[in-house]
Amino acid sequence: MKHYEVEILDAKTKDKLCFLDKVEPNATIGEIKSMFHKSHPQWYPARQSIRLDPKGKSLKDEDVLQNLPVGTTATFYFRDLGAQISWVTVFLTEYAGPLVIYLMFYFRVPFIYAPKYDFTTSKHWVVHLACMCHSFHYVKRLLETLFVHRFSHGTMPLRNIFKNCTYYWGFAAWMAYYINHPLYTPPMYGEQQVKLALIIFLFCQIGNFSIHIALRNLRPPGSKTRKIPYPTKNPFTWIFLLVSCPNYTYELGSWLGFTLMTQCLPVAFFTLVGFIQMTVWAKGKHRSYLKEFRDYPPLRSPILPFIL
Amino acid sequence: MSAPAMGTSKMAHSDSSHRKKKGPGALATAYLVIYNVVMTAGWLVIAVGLVRAYLARGSYHGLYYSIEKPLKFFQTGALLEILHCAVGIVPSSVVLTGFQVMSRVFLTWAVTHSVREVQSEDSVLLFVVAWTITEIIRYSFYTFSLLNHLPYLIKWARYTFFIVLYPMGVTGELLTIYSALPYVQKTGLYSITLPNKYNFSFDYHTFLIITMISYIPLFPQLYFHMIRQRKKVLGHVEEYSKVE
Repeated sequence: MKHYEVEILDAKTKDKLCFLDKVEPNATIGEIKSMFHKSHPQWYPARQSIRLDPKGKSLKDEDVLQNLPVGTTATFYFRDLGAQISWVTVFLTEYAGPLVIYLMFYFRVPFIYAPKYDFTTSKHWVVHLACMCHSFHYVKRLLETLFVHRFSHGTMPLRNIFKNCTYYWGFAAWMAYYINHPLYTPPMYGEQQVKLALIIFLFCQIGNFSIHIALRNLRPPGSKTRKIPYPTKNPFTWIFLLVSCPNYTYELGSWLGFTLMTQCLPVAFFTLVGFIQMTVWAKGKHRSYLKEFRDYPPLRSPILPFIL
Repeated sequence: MSAPAMGTSKMAHSDSSHRKKKGPGALATAYLVIYNVVMTAGWLVIAVGLVRAYLARGSYHGLYYSIEKPLKFFQTGALLEILHCAVGIVPSSVVLTGFQVMSRVFLTWAVTHSVREVQSEDSVLLFVVAWTITEIIRYSFYTFSLLNHLPYLIKWARYTFFIVLYPMGVTGELLTIYSALPYVQKTGLYSITLPNKYNFSFDYHTFLIITMISYIPLFPQLYFHMIRQRKKVLGHVEEYSKVE
């Protein structure tokens, strides 16, 4: 069996960073990253981007050395992706914040509202309902992160955690401030409005959860495979007929429900900003589905049936 | 930091745009030349108006009123520049241009126009003069660049005058916002209080204070970016002839 020699150069300076000899032909990029890590302990595999071309795309961890267009002396280029943090850590942190922060406003912890309101509760029942819904939503997200989602990437850049937490925690505080305010005004159409909003919210929460389960079942444990999602026996998944990313569709619906329930402008802003971001993600996902699968169902839209 | 809206990335692009890139088409170029000529003329009108009013009154107090209308018209007209970037006939960032133009428009309308009491302040004159000189240079720079006939003097002026004009304008802007604060607080201008049916509130007074604070991180960044640009553009003095 012929062994390969692997040299790794810095993509920017072209300096020789590492030379590996006697590399097995069936070695994967992931294994090469581990070997590189040994000689450069500060660059753990998650922050290594290995490519064939200094300006090219990153090779995947699963790629096998002998299947790549390289000679028996392979030259790879390395780029440092910067400090990385696991997706699970980021999700848990960014979701735990809103849960805790909202409750602080709900219980009117001191220094938020006037002292005479400290530790009082709102007299409006919709405010209690809103707290339950908001808390339920984030508990659901935390549990899904721990038990449902199968992530295709292990890590993301460290600075993302600051960006994401600012977004989630900031908006949570902004919304919670008004909903739990002593001068909060309940919805215009009273009980009717709140009941309708609750139905929409719960429907979309179940829908969103159904989609997450369906997506999880597409992917065997520990794998990173991508398959076309299809409707299952669960009626909440039938929306896959019309939409590529129904998890985002249901998420939008949940927040529209919450906006209706609380009749609070900051909630509407949060819903709008979230919708814009999810649309960007949905369009990207839809485009990669179309690129990867020849037989992708043509009727589907990225996020809103027939519209967007 | 909106004082001389130097269009930080804009000038780097327009310097290289008539050398390497394709640039806007013939029709777009003609339109842009007209736009920049009109804007140069407009700010010259403001400059002349200031000088004449000063000579007539004998003092520089309250000169704002003599150029209020053309200032509003031409400064607001700069909103078109956002459109130019969005459509692609100017190779600049929409976000950066948008931010710079909006901050000028904000000062013109949401501060100076809205709070009558600040209009007679000397700080207003300070930023108006800074903006006027800057814009005359900037728009004539673009005009000549588009015509591929840029006199070195204009290029030099564009990358040198900011050294004084930028801090001068920023000082004028900050002092103006500061002097508006008590009136905004007293009248509750542009503010919404609770309770209301949208469960939303906005305190313009606090917003203005936050705006003033934001100058602290933003102004040095923009200023030193300009200094670096100056070194890059004017650094190669030996290689350039007087007219490009």
